Amino acid sequence: MPAILAVLLTAMITDNFVVSKFMGICPFLGVSKKLDSAVGMGAAVIFVMICSTLATYPFYHFVLVPLGLDYLYNIGFILIIAIFVQLVEIILKKISPSLHKLLGVYLPLITTNCAVLGVCILNVDNGLSFGHSLINALGAGLGFLMALVVFSGVRGRIENNDIPEAFKGVPSTLVAAAILVLGFMGFSGMI
Amino acid sequence: MENKTETAVKTNTEEKKNSPDYFYEFFKGILKENPTLVGLLGMCPTLAVTATVKGGLGMGLATMFVLICSNLIISLIKNLIPKTVRLPAFIVIIAGFVTLVKFLLARFIPPISELLGVYLDLITVNCIILGRAEIFASKNPPLLSVLDGVGMGAGFTLALVIMGTLREIIGSASWFGMKIPFLTPVSIIARPAGGFFMLGIIIAVVGLVSKKKPPQTLGCAGCPAKDNCPSAKGGDN
Repeated sequence: MPAILAVLLTAMITDNFVVSKFMGICPFLGVSKKLDSAVGMGAAVIFVMICSTLATYPFYHFVLVPLGLDYLYNIGFILIIAIFVQLVEIILKKISPSLHKLLGVYLPLITTNCAVLGVCILNVDNGLSFGHSLINALGAGLGFLMALVVFSGVRGRIENNDIPEAFKGVPSTLVAAAILVLGFMGFSGMI
Repeated sequence: MENKTETAVKTNTEEKKNSPDYFYEFFKGILKENPTLVGLLGMCPTLAVTATVKGGLGMGLATMFVLICSNLIISLIKNLIPKTVRLPAFIVIIAGFVTLVKFLLARFIPPISELLGVYLDLITVNCIILGRAEIFASKNPPLLSVLDGVGMGAGFTLALVIMGTLREIIGSASWFGMKIPFLTPVSIIARPAGGFFMLGIIIAVVGLVSKKKPPQTLGCAGCPAKDNCPSAKGGDN
């Protein structure tokens, strides 16, 4: 149990994918203007991260390694993720239209989200067990959601301020992100 | 930097009269449509590996190699790929070249390979490469696509080297690992927070120099998922 908690908290806070590994920056900066879209995107990422770990981990250990093709993991993983995202979208549409309405628009975005591929590769690279891989994926997704939600609050505040002309838009967003990341640095060394 | 901009733009327009296509396609990626500083694409590697110049240069050149190769191959076989499965097909081609460049680096320049780590794998999902495949290479002849790849790759490398230079000089008081005397390092710039800060400053300066309004939202023009992306449509999310 303590080990599981350590893996979860490490992935979520100290090694947060967005603020310390710089993965998934595009949605972090792009889909964080409003709280509800930040939550929708975060939920979709958690969902896809866990599902693609469920798919890529067995694929690597039971298909690629026995065949001696483990160096092809990059191609295999990205294909699985691309297929999987499509599949999830189709299934969600049939089974739960309300959930599809909530997450649907964000799903295609996730195919090219480096955080999803990143979590699958890091799980295999670091030699985590299947259970720990899943916990790691959950933690990474929760950390992503947390960063997005916190940042959407920050952006709401800076929107109405008097910012120098050259810094309006993306530059001020990036500087605000820098200060948020500074805050997250305080967590390092916690675990 | 301003001087360089002017001369490049001048050569660009001069050459344009003689052979409109080739030089324009080559130079546009370096300054006018720089994928990182103007297009705001490929943010993850721009922030992640630029704590040192070495990392930035290595990442830039590796991405450039993949971009040129994938542009060439996609442009050659563009008529063979069915339209409905083109994105997965592009991704597989890109992932193949990423695997190749990973092996080459691990064999010939192991320190760079170790420095870049998992970010080498993540070149696969760099939206600059997929974006150029979708926007340019799948619609243009091979030679033009290669030139586009060289230009865009050089622009990306330039942006990463600028970022890496500033961050390494300010953050670690060195350049390419050479110590700079009498300079106190401000180590926060070499940390993750400094990456965001520096990129914000650089984009603001680029906006000032080019006298354009800074971009209000992220560059979604090159993103393959833009049709489904809420922030690309209204910019109101």
